[in-house]
Amino acid sequence: MIDVENLTKKFGNFIAVDNISFSVDKGEIFAFLGPNGAGKTTTIKMLTTLLNPTSGKISLNGNDPIKNQYEARCSFGIVFQDPSLDDELTAFENMEFHGVLYKVPKEIRRARIEQLLKFVELWDRRNNLVKNFSGGMKRRLEVARGLIHHPKILFLDEPTLGLDPQTRNHIWTYIKDLNKEEGMTVFFTTHYMEEADRVAHRIAIIDNGKIVSQGTPAELKQNTKTNLLEDAFLTITGKTIREEGVNTLDRMRMRRRFRR
Amino acid sequence: MLFLVALGFGFGPIYQKAGGGNYIQFLTPGIISMGILFTAIFSGIEIIWDRQFGFLKETLVAPVSRFEIMIGRTLGGGTVAAMQGIIILGISLVIGFRPENIFLLPLAFLFMVFIALFFTALGTAIASLLDDMQGFQLIMNFLLMPLFFLSGALFPLYGLPKIIGVIASVDPLSYGVDGLRGTLTNISHFGLFTDFFVLSIITIIILAIGSYLFSKIQI
Repeated sequence: MIDVENLTKKFGNFIAVDNISFSVDKGEIFAFLGPNGAGKTTTIKMLTTLLNPTSGKISLNGNDPIKNQYEARCSFGIVFQDPSLDDELTAFENMEFHGVLYKVPKEIRRARIEQLLKFVELWDRRNNLVKNFSGGMKRRLEVARGLIHHPKILFLDEPTLGLDPQTRNHIWTYIKDLNKEEGMTVFFTTHYMEEADRVAHRIAIIDNGKIVSQGTPAELKQNTKTNLLEDAFLTITGKTIREEGVNTLDRMRMRRRFRR
Repeated sequence: MLFLVALGFGFGPIYQKAGGGNYIQFLTPGIISMGILFTAIFSGIEIIWDRQFGFLKETLVAPVSRFEIMIGRTLGGGTVAAMQGIIILGISLVIGFRPENIFLLPLAFLFMVFIALFFTALGTAIASLLDDMQGFQLIMNFLLMPLFFLSGALFPLYGLPKIIGVIASVDPLSYGVDGLRGTLTNISHFGLFTDFFVLSIITIIILAIGSYLFSKIQI
């Protein structure tokens, strides 16, 4: 479903993603883990047409995101790390807009919006403005929104960051159900190792732009002779904290926290 | 609005003495343009924020051409800016401004729309190149202020020192202000047809440039 070959991304002299290759089968739940600054978000951006790779090949459901941008974009949905909802619209309107953008016909769109909003338990809040939603509600809405056009692949960039255990549990239950019933492929990044351990079928660990380990959670624990995925992760990537520069995105994020 | 009241009533008598006529009549189209200009350019700043935390990301990932998104944004921002112009016009009526010719009002509105569209597209184009809000503030001061002050919004364009005159004729806002002034008060420096012609061409050019830059946005 997702095939990546020798993917590289350089920003000037800095190599963010260094010649990585991996593939994700249809219906798999794939976790992409790594320390901060490893290249996870850069990789996801390249997979979702937001960034152009320096070199390498990507295939999403048979489509090249660079050459067949349109078809590639139709085949996936994404839930970003930072919220991308329109705060001045209601939940329902946000869903409608997405449906229109992805050219889902009106009847089907309305039916799916109802089904999805009920699925994430936001149907009775459908006419409330999103700016009054809590972080957890916004995230649930984004998950529902990403699914309106029934994508074959769902990308999630740190989907449960900052959410309480109940919401986290709910979100993963939705995703696992969808994966089982619709055979939807899921590609996600996270820092919550226990979640990856419980939910993922296979894992790739990226560090300093290179993939340092791939396999099922069981395999990774076995190879490092540990019991918890977090310990396996620390064994593989080491315990030193990564040096990262503060970039403009971090500064904006900090400012955003003050805004609210 | 403060501008209109302060400058209008402040400079009014002097202007009259210098033989220019009623300053409030002269000034109002300039102030309307000012309102539209700033609202429009600021809709550009929204993009920089939106890129990361807002809705724009969602549209960038969707199977929609960048050109369509750009047009949509420009029309949306332009509408808000034009509304601003209309509101200012309304308030100016209260202060004492009287349009010369009611039938030319739709044409005046057209000029407002042109100014709104042009500067929204310009704001979007600039914002597509920038990563950070700070850069935008700088642009504001070095680009916007000169554009506004040398456009004939606040003072007439005849009898000026040569170099200021040249800058004013290169300034796109001058044509907008002039057109607006021409339709509202029958005083026109460049002539209505020239204004219309110039504005249409540069608006199309800036839309094209803006779409191109917008399509190159990488987050």
